[in-house]
Amino acid sequence: MKINHQWLAQWVDTDLDAAAVGERFTLAGLEVDECVPLAAALEGVVVAEITDVQPHPDADRLRVCRVAGDSEERTVVCGAPNARLGLKAPLATVGSVLPGGMKIKPARLRGVASEGMLCSEPELGLGEDASGLMELPADAPAGVALVDYLGLDDHILDIDLTPNRADCLSVRGLARELAALTGGQLSGPNLEPVAASTEDAVAITLEAPADCPRYLGRVIRGVDVHAPTPLWMVERLRRCGVRSLGPIVDVTNYVLLELGQPMHAFDLARLSGGIHVRRARPGEQMVLLDEREVELDPDMLLICDQTRPLAIGGIIGGLDSAVAESTCDILLESAWFNPASIIGRSRRLGLATESAHRFERGVDPELQRQAMERASALILAIAGGRAGPVVEQADEGFLPTAVEVSLRPGRVNRVLGTDLPDDEIRSALTRLGMAVERDNDRFRVRPPSARRDIEAEVDLIEEVARMQGYDRLPSRPPGGHLRLSMQAETRVPESRLRRQLAARGFQEIISWSFVSEQDLAWLGLEAGAQALANPLNRDLAVLRTSLLPGLLKTAAANFRRQHDDFRLFELGACFINTADGFIEPCRLTLFMTGRAHGEHAIGQDRTLDFFDLKGEVEQLLALNGVAGRLQFKPSSLGWLHPGQAADVYLGDDLIGSCGQLHPTLAAELDGSGPAFVAELDAERIRSSRLPVHQRGSRFPALRRDIAVVVPEDTRAGDVVDELSRIGGKLLEQCIVFDEYRGKGIDSGSKSLALGLILRDVSRTLVEEEVDRLIGRMIKGLIQRFDARLRG
Amino acid sequence: MNSRSPEDLLAQALELVATADDPRALDEVRVRYLGKKGELTGLLKQLGQLPAEQRREAGQAVNRSKQALEAAVAERRQALGVEQLNARLRAESVDVTLPGRKHEPGGQHPVSRALDRILDIFGQLGFTVATGPEVEDDYHNFEALNFPEHHPARAMHDTFYLPDGRLLRTHTSPVQIRVLKQTEPPVRIVAPGRVFRADSDQTHTPQFHQVEGLLVDTDVTFADLKGLLADFVNAFFEDQLEMRLRPSYFPFTEPSAEVDVRWTNEDGSPGRWLEVLGCGMVHPKVLENCAIDPERFTGYAFGLGVERFAMLRYRVDDLRLFFENDLNFLRQFR
Repeated sequence: MKINHQWLAQWVDTDLDAAAVGERFTLAGLEVDECVPLAAALEGVVVAEITDVQPHPDADRLRVCRVAGDSEERTVVCGAPNARLGLKAPLATVGSVLPGGMKIKPARLRGVASEGMLCSEPELGLGEDASGLMELPADAPAGVALVDYLGLDDHILDIDLTPNRADCLSVRGLARELAALTGGQLSGPNLEPVAASTEDAVAITLEAPADCPRYLGRVIRGVDVHAPTPLWMVERLRRCGVRSLGPIVDVTNYVLLELGQPMHAFDLARLSGGIHVRRARPGEQMVLLDEREVELDPDMLLICDQTRPLAIGGIIGGLDSAVAESTCDILLESAWFNPASIIGRSRRLGLATESAHRFERGVDPELQRQAMERASALILAIAGGRAGPVVEQADEGFLPTAVEVSLRPGRVNRVLGTDLPDDEIRSALTRLGMAVERDNDRFRVRPPSARRDIEAEVDLIEEVARMQGYDRLPSRPPGGHLRLSMQAETRVPESRLRRQLAARGFQEIISWSFVSEQDLAWLGLEAGAQALANPLNRDLAVLRTSLLPGLLKTAAANFRRQHDDFRLFELGACFINTADGFIEPCRLTLFMTGRAHGEHAIGQDRTLDFFDLKGEVEQLLALNGVAGRLQFKPSSLGWLHPGQAADVYLGDDLIGSCGQLHPTLAAELDGSGPAFVAELDAERIRSSRLPVHQRGSRFPALRRDIAVVVPEDTRAGDVVDELSRIGGKLLEQCIVFDEYRGKGIDSGSKSLALGLILRDVSRTLVEEEVDRLIGRMIKGLIQRFDARLRG
Repeated sequence: MNSRSPEDLLAQALELVATADDPRALDEVRVRYLGKKGELTGLLKQLGQLPAEQRREAGQAVNRSKQALEAAVAERRQALGVEQLNARLRAESVDVTLPGRKHEPGGQHPVSRALDRILDIFGQLGFTVATGPEVEDDYHNFEALNFPEHHPARAMHDTFYLPDGRLLRTHTSPVQIRVLKQTEPPVRIVAPGRVFRADSDQTHTPQFHQVEGLLVDTDVTFADLKGLLADFVNAFFEDQLEMRLRPSYFPFTEPSAEVDVRWTNEDGSPGRWLEVLGCGMVHPKVLENCAIDPERFTGYAFGLGVERFAMLRYRVDDLRLFFENDLNFLRQFR
């Protein structure tokens, strides 16, 4: 909310300047975003009167004015269309500097000397209307400094109020708060009732009393809607960001700002019959003040006459019944709407009105009559007219009741860690306008009706803390009851995974959790995808089922930035609807492209291949002692190169896949070489086994190398598995150290060279035994794979 | 019979030793004179043919020559070894100014780097990490945290919804609820993670990271919260920063506060107040919602934006850079 310092200072007796007031508010929880001077100093700008206007001899659009301002009358050439005889307007005299930095110097315009400049609002930084000169009231005293005349030595405070402090959405509310904080004397506007001078009244029927339990109406006849709003009111409205729109609307806006009560004025002539406050009926429509025709939802509250809706209660008026040029009789509304009946509706209508903003947060339920009297008095003073009696309909059963909250001083000190005496607690609450009574060991506290946020003891504890000032509350260094927590050693922290991957050359990325449907379809990953109901845009419409789309898009973006040798990883949640329900698996994804090693002057360069990626996966699991047997089996996933694709198994569980990115997908990334990608279940990688020591063998190992020729489609992994099965505990390790095709080997076959390392835990193996075992192994390979021993 | 004297043979052999220029040639010399069938060895074998009175002296003469030759061969062998090693070392020398053979190093994302630092600091104070789902229900994200239905406080969170009414968590505070429902106090946790708001402009991204902290015990006060946060901020920034707490409003804490720190300008002068944290005493209703007696237990909670801390710490001036994943940007943070 925007409020000017002058207005506030008029209500609270304080020595604080605007910046200091802003500081006090901020430290009391009313955060002041900005405290800016209303206007530049505008030295040398004065109120001036145009005493003569003549056409410019050489320019159609310019006029030569005689202007009476400061000491002497002078000639000013002016292009504004509203420059006319008798107009009072601001004159920037020679030597003055305008907010934009323009220095006013004597000038000749098309041959005519001009001494000074008549100014528009934007030229002075006072408004947006650039259509002509800023028009000052006819009684403005010529020669007086504009800053003094308009009272421009003022500051605007822009306060970002939290939703619980609806009571501060008015000058009066802020003044109360400032008085409580500073101890300054609070004064206020004259809220004397306005006596009725006619009997005219409109009947009011509350048909939805839970939504609107109080509605006040008052007829005022014979108002002059063309009467000028006084400068002081226009200026206050302007400083709070409200445009002047004629005396009636100006007064309702003014009362809203002053007291916090949103009001509405209807053109009485447009009403047929009395006022009915009710919910909208199915299919009902109306044209709003902003000239849009809207369909009304049945949960919207309407102010209607006998035949049709006139306004959406507490949100916006209708165009049809609004005060217009021809209006002479009005019906003023001042009502209390239940926040639950207002909230959400204006957003649905695409509206953010000052009225809805206040009713949603809760208006003081005892304010309606005061506001009605205040508005009546202002309208009569400005636009004349005769007021009828105030007609009030209320259903007390639905009005909020005054609360009484009990407060234990001991609890205050227990929560805040303070040692405040009872008196200090009581005085803090009293300053806030609360009625405080002692009741044995506690206080019984009745907050003012505007403080709808005070409902429980803890609300009062916060008030005491605020009045103390958070900076004055004690602070205690951490410590307290430190306890050691159980932490599973076998659970690998995410941070350790990240550091390991970084150490192996992978750069972490963080991509969006949302992707587009196309991103998923591109990789064939759309199964189980969950769409958002209200996405920001189509590119971010669906929750990711995989980290791959984000990873590949990031890779593509970096290819475009001329990187061609890099490794990426991301660790994060994916979101999938499965037959067993919705799951949020945490995944790890890897991306590698470019060289196996950096370019170097010496030695062979090599581009990455499948086994570099596979090695990274194996290393990562080995580094973390992940439990279970790791296996890679050929995969048929669409996003992988069909000949370089593996599903990764841990024991019997599929934990992910890896391989070369399918070349057609890689081509779309604009990369230069092949890319290798993996996606793995991070949870499985994060569960390691606890090492348990086993005494190693004291006896020597024996290595025997064999070479076998097997059919081309035989997998080395299967050969190793078979050897392990036969070798049992004696086969400590089996290394595949060569794979060979070509000369000497029939096409359709390949040769595998295998290193067999044998050892027993309890004795030295003897040659004959080893020979027999190797023989069994070879026989096994011959039977299972149609292998033959090579040369 | 060969009548050459051991001295002659020695002289001849020493000459050959001196000119042997590799270990093999040297060994040939050794074999020729000292081997089983070597010439000096041969002289020893012939001693038996000498008259008895000459044998002793002749034997000594041969042995002297043998020893002298053995010493010369050993010396020569060592010299040749040194020479050979030197030659190898010369041959193997490299230009040490050529760059090392390495791969482009990897690195952590600056946000996860900052997050690790935050968690490490709280870990020192006994806070353990707790996590929860990113797709939440209204109950955990709002209702149990004392956001009444239709409350304007909900409008402060621009929430992403799923069609069935579930939502993307707007803060990591729902983890509070999940932990408090499962754990008897004392509770001392930090909950890091991704959170989501339907908002995107220069200073807002639709996803960002938060760390929520929660401590519930029998005698926790606002003073403990102040003390903790002051120490945390100073530990994170490695500085003694001026800190202030301002009253604020979060439905799940009361009293609530926002925490500002006075930033230090590059020239060392005191700069602006910057908001870095939200915090407060756990609202009694939140404890009640988790079946914890608010008369017996009190607690505090705080929440911070990891990106905010990363921006301040590493002087990143545009939030959006964190999600562009430009390697030129990311590689600056390793």
